[in-house]
Amino acid sequence: MADQDDLHHSTGSGEPGDDNSASDRESSKGFSRRQFIKGTGLAVSASVFVPDGLLKAAMPEETPGVSGPGEVPVRLRINGREHQLRLEPRVTLLDALRNRLDMTGAKKVCDRATCGACTVIMDGHPVYSCTVLAIDAQGKSIETIEGLAPEGKLHPVSQAFVDNDAQQCGFCTPGFVMAVKAFLDKHPHPTYDEVRASLGGNLCRCGTYMGIRKAALEAAAKMAGKGGRL
Amino acid sequence: MAEIKWPSAANRGLIGKSISRIDGPWKSSGRAKYTYDQGPAGMLYAKLVTSPYAHAKVTAIDTSRAERLPGVRAIHIFTAVGKEVNWEGHEVVGVAADTEELAEDAARLIRVEYDPQPYLVADTDAQHAGPGRFREMSPRKTGDPEQALQQADVTSEGTYGQPVITHCCHEAHGSVAEWKGDELYVWISTQNVSGLSNEYASALNIPATNVHVDCQVMGGGFGSKFAADSWGVAAAAMARKAGRPVKLMLDREVELLSAGCRPSLHAKIRVGAKRDGTLIAWDSESWGTAGMSGGGVPQLPYIIQVPNSGHRHTSIFTNIGPARAWRAPNHPQMCFLTMAALDDLAAKLNMDSLDFFLKNVGLTGERAGVYKQQMLMAADMIGWKQKWHSRGDKTPGHIKRGLGLSFHTWAGGGHMGYCRTTIHPDGSVEVATGSQDLGTGTRTVIGIVAAETLGLPLDAVRVEIGNNKYPPDGASGGSTTVGGVSSSTRTSATTALNELFAKAAPSLGTTADKLEAVGGQIRVIGDPSKSIPWKKACAKLGTTPIVAMGQRNFSLISSGVGGVQMAEVAVDIDTGIVRMEKMVAVQDCGLIIDMKTAMSQVYGACIMGTCYALYEEKIMDQQTGTCLNPNMEFYKLSGLDDIGDITVHMMTEDSYQDRGVIGLGEPPVISPGAAISNAVANAIGVRVPELPITPDRVLAALGKGGLV
Ligand code: FES
Ligand code: FES
Repeated sequence: MADQDDLHHSTGSGEPGDDNSASDRESSKGFSRRQFIKGTGLAVSASVFVPDGLLKAAMPEETPGVSGPGEVPVRLRINGREHQLRLEPRVTLLDALRNRLDMTGAKKVCDRATCGACTVIMDGHPVYSCTVLAIDAQGKSIETIEGLAPEGKLHPVSQAFVDNDAQQCGFCTPGFVMAVKAFLDKHPHPTYDEVRASLGGNLCRCGTYMGIRKAALEAAAKMAGKGGRL
Repeated sequence: MAEIKWPSAANRGLIGKSISRIDGPWKSSGRAKYTYDQGPAGMLYAKLVTSPYAHAKVTAIDTSRAERLPGVRAIHIFTAVGKEVNWEGHEVVGVAADTEELAEDAARLIRVEYDPQPYLVADTDAQHAGPGRFREMSPRKTGDPEQALQQADVTSEGTYGQPVITHCCHEAHGSVAEWKGDELYVWISTQNVSGLSNEYASALNIPATNVHVDCQVMGGGFGSKFAADSWGVAAAAMARKAGRPVKLMLDREVELLSAGCRPSLHAKIRVGAKRDGTLIAWDSESWGTAGMSGGGVPQLPYIIQVPNSGHRHTSIFTNIGPARAWRAPNHPQMCFLTMAALDDLAAKLNMDSLDFFLKNVGLTGERAGVYKQQMLMAADMIGWKQKWHSRGDKTPGHIKRGLGLSFHTWAGGGHMGYCRTTIHPDGSVEVATGSQDLGTGTRTVIGIVAAETLGLPLDAVRVEIGNNKYPPDGASGGSTTVGGVSSSTRTSATTALNELFAKAAPSLGTTADKLEAVGGQIRVIGDPSKSIPWKKACAKLGTTPIVAMGQRNFSLISSGVGGVQMAEVAVDIDTGIVRMEKMVAVQDCGLIIDMKTAMSQVYGACIMGTCYALYEEKIMDQQTGTCLNPNMEFYKLSGLDDIGDITVHMMTEDSYQDRGVIGLGEPPVISPGAAISNAVANAIGVRVPELPITPDRVLAALGKGGLV
């Protein structure tokens, strides 16, 4: 698995400081992933209307300045593999994953950055893939739930969801698993209160939060024992 | 010979234990394929054009521009010219195209003209609803409530209410339809796998035999997914037209506008008691809306049979969208109104709410003993006696704490259904039934019952559900699934086992009636040394498997449960924000098959109940006839940190379990609204009369009294 911190390059989206211990303390108090991602989502969409260096950098070389409106070539690096697609610039990362690549673990629920069912990890950060354009995900390292563990095996987070019955209908579950995974990557030894404060960016209709809190703590304990990696 | 009854507590190897759901890994690895995830080759995506008006006549539809768009493959008219739409979001036209983006473009190119008609979306005032907009239902009366109110030492009067809310299933309603010749294959997110064939057949003019329905996993229904619905039929119709599979999932906005409302219920209530707290009088005047349908007449008061009680109800017909059953239809509303009014009376009597409800528990009828036991247990769990204070937390500071309680009942029972057990000569076992797992753990329950019956480990049984090729099972509504499938499974597995006993008996030198299946062995009852392994016994079948059917069996199930919940809240009287800090739930549901998923039902219900207590409301605007929050930013659900601690206790004494299996999905979702509302009143000294208890409502209530 790639080291997210090495791959990280700023999208200029005003992320909360992520990787130093001061902000670790911050985040345990008031880290709201929902707010953070909303910020990212808006910034990313805005870049379509206000082309800047960031957008150009993200675009395939053969396209000068403006993308679309028709299909354009798009390269996505997902779970360590390159995918070559042709997509309209308006296609979201979520729709690209689901409709073009048959990676249906990420779910479409609210389709506007509220529920977290579509959560994937991009350059180490959990993002709402319904609110990231596929063209803007180019050049990033994208982790989806399909990449967490090979078929037939379970990532410790997924296993903890099973063991703690942190899922009922399961439709929010892949998004939650990715949110928990991203959280634990950054905060391998969370307290119960930190878990509670930090997973507010995903919603569950069936009411599985009790199990999810336990699952996050249990996964943390198991992963710490294994050096935090599968 | 094994009898068709549940094993005694001492002989349960799997039943009642805490067992992880068998499809858990499939879901939490992201590999479970829901309806929304299906993508058969060549699939088209469909989008809807829906009404922007609450009520209108469709006067013109022009699809020509959409049809000219390359990649558009089929158009479906839901509401023809001359017909009416009856709510914002009512489906008018559907279009299927090569990609989702193209389908959106095509939908935008479709022109629909409307002649707007008078509408009503407000449910606040029955009398001014206008002619034809309301119906007064026949009044109910026992004793003489007016006289009893006169005679009461203490009376209390209040107006309480709950707005319309929606189901907001995470997986939207929808389906993927594919034709192979004149055979229709549908994946559909449904609570009713075995019951959809006729709806498709009659709408599409094909025999029901040609309809193949599949739903292995589904992302929530809560009572809103019993039918194929117009959009389900439309997906099939467009797929037939286009000669390609079609996916039609509602987008979130239409999901919230059209796919299910829980009726509102408001009431003006007067209650009276003697000085010692004995309830003697109830009178209520209620009103509410279930959309264009009348809805039922609420039973008020709820559970408690007040000796003198009168009730009148008016149904208001509105253009809010169609009502659908919402987990425990009508009960949460009736429960909230009743428990809030009675709790206000207890406060006027200056009684501890728990003492007041205990004093009157005899009025609950046959389940009085159960409620009493549960109330005392719940009180112990939450520390009621230590924490109780009279109305209004007098401690300094702006955070006020309070306690509230409520109790509820539900029938349960078991729906009709069939199960088929197959024992193969190689020892493998399959149980199949056309049921569905809504996330409640149905698949797991079936596996546990079959494995327990056959004396096998859980993973030795293959469970097949979610397809109408299996023996039919009823729709999952009213908490009837676990009763239906557990009894049909137990019956079919026992019948199959007895056939196996008959084959195995000669080699053990005995007869079938002397055998039992335990720990992977077929053995002589009372003489475990005489046994053969399961596989060896099955090998005696030669080449023909045993196939045995079973159906819902009333001797294994029952109905009628009770539950008590208590809530502790913290209210910030500066901001009006309420936090559910703690809930305890004591619940009875007969014989528990899987403790783990049963507990999850209760936890989930407490959380879902907290959502409608504090956050959920379909906000309708009478000025425009529209819904102001058809999205998940403003149609609020609780997040993980909005929920306090929840403690669940399941009643497992023999007296409860001996009744057999009873459903659990609905009962625990009934009380949270009432318990939380009562806790808020206890905290701030004044009733917030409407749910959800939003900050503005808290501040408005405080403006009228209470602590400030
Ligand atoms: S579907 Fe992306 S946040 Fe809800
Ligand atoms: S498990 Fe159903 S939405 Fe979370």
